[in-house]
Amino acid sequence: MPKTVVVALVLALVMDLAPLGLGVAVAAEAEGAGAPLDWEHWHAGNEVANTASLQRGARNFANYCASCHSLKYLRYSRMASDLKIPTDLLKANLIPAGASPADYYTQTSIAPADAVNWFGKEPPDLSLIARSRGPDRLYRFLKTFYVDPSRPNRTNNLELNNPAMPAVLSALEGVKQAVFKNEESTVDGHTVVTKRFDHFVTLSPGSLSSEEFDGFVRDTVNFLDYAGEPAQVERRSIGVWVVLFLLTFTWMAWLLKKEYWKDVH
Amino acid sequence: MASVDAPTQGGFRGWLNKRLPVDSFIRSQLLDYYAPKNFNVWYFFGSLALLVLVMQLFTGIFLAMFYKVGDTTAFDSVEYIMREVDYGWLIRYLHSTGASAFFLVVYLHMYRAFLYGSYKTPRELLWLFGMFIYLALMAEAFMGYVLPWGNMSYWAAQVIINLFSTIPVVGPGLVEWIRGDYGVADATIDRFFALHVVAIPLVLLLLVALHLVALRQTGSNNPDGIEIKEHPGPDGKPIDGIPFHPYYTVKDVFGIGVFLTLFAIVAFFVPTFGNLFMEEANFEPANPLSTPEPIAPSWYFTPYYAILRAVPNQRLGALLLLLAVLAYFFVPWLDRSPVKSVRYRGWLFRGFLALFTVSFLALMWLGMRPATGGYVTAARVFACGYFAFFVLMPWYSRRDRVKPVPNRVSFHA
Repeated sequence: MPKTVVVALVLALVMDLAPLGLGVAVAAEAEGAGAPLDWEHWHAGNEVANTASLQRGARNFANYCASCHSLKYLRYSRMASDLKIPTDLLKANLIPAGASPADYYTQTSIAPADAVNWFGKEPPDLSLIARSRGPDRLYRFLKTFYVDPSRPNRTNNLELNNPAMPAVLSALEGVKQAVFKNEESTVDGHTVVTKRFDHFVTLSPGSLSSEEFDGFVRDTVNFLDYAGEPAQVERRSIGVWVVLFLLTFTWMAWLLKKEYWKDVH
Repeated sequence: MASVDAPTQGGFRGWLNKRLPVDSFIRSQLLDYYAPKNFNVWYFFGSLALLVLVMQLFTGIFLAMFYKVGDTTAFDSVEYIMREVDYGWLIRYLHSTGASAFFLVVYLHMYRAFLYGSYKTPRELLWLFGMFIYLALMAEAFMGYVLPWGNMSYWAAQVIINLFSTIPVVGPGLVEWIRGDYGVADATIDRFFALHVVAIPLVLLLLVALHLVALRQTGSNNPDGIEIKEHPGPDGKPIDGIPFHPYYTVKDVFGIGVFLTLFAIVAFFVPTFGNLFMEEANFEPANPLSTPEPIAPSWYFTPYYAILRAVPNQRLGALLLLLAVLAYFFVPWLDRSPVKSVRYRGWLFRGFLALFTVSFLALMWLGMRPATGGYVTAARVFACGYFAFFVLMPWYSRRDRVKPVPNRVSFHA
């Protein structure tokens, strides 16, 4: 019986850790070469236990997201202590003027009415976005913006069709055009043409290389994953000890049971 | 017995026993309570259900200390628990994982009764109390699911409460009465909180007490379906029985260890269990203007949900859903077999039990899929299988070619 438990424990740990290894490999696919870009299967591959990555993500968020998006359930001070950011650095770089470290991450620069005027809706709070959408979809969203002149904000996205959010990271990533191919298939004797995404073409390069940008997005998604559940690293590290204790307890209970049941015939 | 030797006892224990039947209670319930010695792994789930009940009560008490009921405060207070309350995340995950664990052990506990005929004479009342516990548990779980006031909470409440509108004449008025408003709103979450933390737990505890008293009256069934009381030894105790304490207390402690290990693995490493125990849509606040796609209830309700959606007529679907749950209540009287345990039943019963097992699991899976095309057709087929198990039971349980039941239980030390 304890063997089954060990197997279950190992399985759970593998299930938990599995996503970590996947993302790195699929990060930078060759653009436009041969097979269509397999963006639907991209994984974020972020590691919430990687504090350095979280720190970079917090920096990215402060620089590129926080002017419109809040994290209303996260306190600056909680973020600083979890991410091991010294208070002076926090105050100097990550907190808006006039805010205290104990405040929640709520100060944005955009007035809600302006946002509705400019984008059609208020930018959502991102505290739980990694929990409600999952890190993989956030990663795909941030990586698949492309030029679309038919849209009011001239951008579109593969993961989220017709987003209100413009391609705010295009200065880093560059501007991409999406190449679609028409696929013909026969349905009930009729020929149906479906527009299918094939690959991206870079129109103008950004300030980051494709690998650097991939790391930028992964760090940012990692930070959002952390913000969705700040206790998750602690949860897993406590969990290991709890499970080890319970395995020992169960093993001893088994020995006790065997001892008592010796005289049952 | 204790009343005989209690007066001879001195000290605090004697003082106590003169006033409260402590020793005699322990003796009658644990030391002199003889349980069949051939319990197998299926017999862990009763004590595990009790353990989960206690866990839910304790974690629930702590959650209620920080949870703020109300449509504008509930969602925020849950995130407050997850982030600002010391180990609040742990208490919440234990409670949310506990809800699913409760249904898992209760389903396995009920299935054990099907395997070994534990609902048959003289345990019909024991089974009925158990079924009322199951009903109360469904209400408890549903209302608890609404409390975090996420978007799936809101829409699940919307869908489930609307089922009552299919009742002729009184339906629409009844729905309004349940919600306390024209839509699912603040009034609804407030009353669900009261019911979830006070009313239904009290009912549950009372029913569990009755379930246990009835169990002590009839004694446990066992995998062979043999009444051990009918074969007493020279000392008057059942030959095939052993005292509950220490034998089954130590065995149950081991079972609890295995269970808690698996439970901790889920609660600490995969608390959302791939969207099954906590849905992504429920991490968005309730939004009456945005319907999550698809609306699916928690996994433990999906078999019934699949039956509901398999019927094009909503009223008929709701009626079948009700019958699907109520069918369990009649099983002690539908089963006409002279033997209890599946070990001595014939292939006819085994075939129908297998049909029920496959249908229930298939419906559970189908209830999580969208209600389109092949899924609906499949749900109809398996719903027929589900009901065939109950409706045809009087016929196949009597026609079944049973094997002779031995006098003594089979036990290998």
